[in-house]
Amino acid sequence: MTIRNLLASAALAVLAMPAAADVKVGMITTLSGGGAGLGIDTRDGFMLAIDQAGRDDVEVVIEDDQRKPDVAVQLADRMIQSDKVDVLTGIVWSNLAMAVVPSATAQGKVYLSTNAAPAQLAGRGCNPSYFAVSYQNDNLHEGAGAYATNEGFENTFIMAPNYPAGKDSLNGFKRFYEGELAGEIYTQLGQTDYAAEIAQIRASGADSVFFFLPGGMGISFLKQYADSGVDLPLVGPAFSFDQGILQAVGEAAMGVKNTSTWSKDLDNEANAAFVEAFEAEYDRLPSIYAAQGYDTANLLLSAMDAADISDAEAFRAALKAADFASVRGDFEFAANNHPVQDVYVREVIKEGDIFTNKIVGTAIEDRSNAYVDDCSM
Amino acid sequence: MSPILIIEQVLNGLQFGVMLFLMAAGLTLIFGVMGLINLAHGSLYMVGAFAAAGVAAATGSFLMALVAAMAAAALAGALVELAVIRRLYDKDHLDQVLATFALILIFSEGTRWLFGSFPLFLDIPDALAGPVTLPGGIQYPLYRLVLIGAGLAVAALLGLLIGRTRLGIRIRAGENDREMIAALGVDISKLYTLVFALGAALAGLAGALVGAIQSVQVGMGEPVLILAFVVIVIGGIGSIRGALVGALLVGLTDTLGGIFLPELFKLVMAPAAATSAGASLASMSIYILMGAVLIWRPTGLFGARA
Repeated sequence: MTIRNLLASAALAVLAMPAAADVKVGMITTLSGGGAGLGIDTRDGFMLAIDQAGRDDVEVVIEDDQRKPDVAVQLADRMIQSDKVDVLTGIVWSNLAMAVVPSATAQGKVYLSTNAAPAQLAGRGCNPSYFAVSYQNDNLHEGAGAYATNEGFENTFIMAPNYPAGKDSLNGFKRFYEGELAGEIYTQLGQTDYAAEIAQIRASGADSVFFFLPGGMGISFLKQYADSGVDLPLVGPAFSFDQGILQAVGEAAMGVKNTSTWSKDLDNEANAAFVEAFEAEYDRLPSIYAAQGYDTANLLLSAMDAADISDAEAFRAALKAADFASVRGDFEFAANNHPVQDVYVREVIKEGDIFTNKIVGTAIEDRSNAYVDDCSM
Repeated sequence: MSPILIIEQVLNGLQFGVMLFLMAAGLTLIFGVMGLINLAHGSLYMVGAFAAAGVAAATGSFLMALVAAMAAAALAGALVELAVIRRLYDKDHLDQVLATFALILIFSEGTRWLFGSFPLFLDIPDALAGPVTLPGGIQYPLYRLVLIGAGLAVAALLGLLIGRTRLGIRIRAGENDREMIAALGVDISKLYTLVFALGAALAGLAGALVGAIQSVQVGMGEPVLILAFVVIVIGGIGSIRGALVGALLVGLTDTLGGIFLPELFKLVMAPAAATSAGASLASMSIYILMGAVLIWRPTGLFGARA
């Protein structure tokens, strides 16, 4: 081999390397309409981590899905085909994730979930290119079930909206709850008046109430419950007690226990830095969606340090190693690319004028998920 | 199933119905008098709730909040009528639907731009908070009783306005024959603006009253709007009395159906299947009611026109 050949091949190798190391991220999330608060927090948390890293080899394209599955699918197609993104992320809602994730991973793109993690994508539908950085959907409900059991509740009334995530919720609760059920009802999705259900709770002889009513549904229920004179202990997943929602619920949420994989007072270095930076940047407290967005971006950055995106297998292995400082403390992926993490119990408190949560205990330690054995990956 | 639970659920149904009436009354007036399908009526409900939340946060007075809600919704209604709706009266219904749908999007994103993406806080006044004990030992939230009373009072006032005042005569005349009352020298365009603002103020009032026990957020008006349309179809288009009867029927059917149908099914089915079949049938119940009423009386209960 002549010197010239050697130099030429070295030059080619150099040419081929750094250009390919750029990663393009497509973020599809909800930025308009009623659910916009969740998407905006996801985006702001994610971008905070990207900005903090201050690197120029990652580019993020952000689009609004309007909480509509068809819009999300169109956006994903456009991002994959014309924007040529390598990684997709950001979807808040499970029905949108179900519409986008399987086809994106089938086209060889990596999908990092900042929130939605339906059972279908954790079990038989698992995929080596799909990572749920948030949780598996059932986790918080399982935590609530474990909490109810630990508290010695024996006759809980359980309630969720009549849609797939609502059914998963009640099943998740029952998986860890050992008492009797005083009643089990499915409400309508988007229902705003819970007077009829509260009357049923009052008449049921229950000793406690578990409810999963995300967003505005939870605000309505909590306000009406507080005004009804029924004073059974309430427990629910963090979705109804989120930073963005609590101010709208006000006093009615005080003292209510809720389960979460993250809280702003979680005691670790990464979290303290995150909460401080988020508040400084956006002038409000972060929510769990912001925390999950932040973790997702840091996971991606950690994988970019360890492997090149053009080497799909190495990049997936780097993601799976989860070598980043999570704001949730210890963090690792189970075999089906869903997190193994602690589920905490939080209580709603008031700090000055602001309603927020503080951790009062741990519901389940190192919880993986119920579907890991169904995944043949 | 105890009698206490049944009475409590009937009260819940009444309260729901009365609030639906406030929405449906404006909608039926606008549809009846101007022949306009106003999909943006739910946005005026949202405007009322947001104005109430804003004013309540600033002044701490719920009464001021209610006044502000009605004023803001009436103003928004009048502006929209002058700027957009006025051009739609002689267009067909599809154009009206398209234009008022666009108004929904404009109102929603405009509200988000003004107030941010997170739900607002609006609470019931302290004087009305908490439950009261009714005869028979029923515990029932005081605020919901006040809602029932307030809604019925508004219905009575509206009945007087339509039935006993000059404005009411003009509104009824406009419903019957708009060319003729224009020929008689009534300023029809001013009347239209007034009716539209009145309907909007009622929607705003409903938004503020209900906002105190629900969540004040963008998009809160649209689910109510659909029910309000069902109400005016059942009651008969253009009829205030029809709107009241229709609203109470829908409120009671929806509330009682959701509770008693699953129980009824449990008599003949396994509990799990009964719960899901009952819940499914309950969510259909008001539409079945609407279908039945239309078969019996194709113009609705109090409707004059086909």
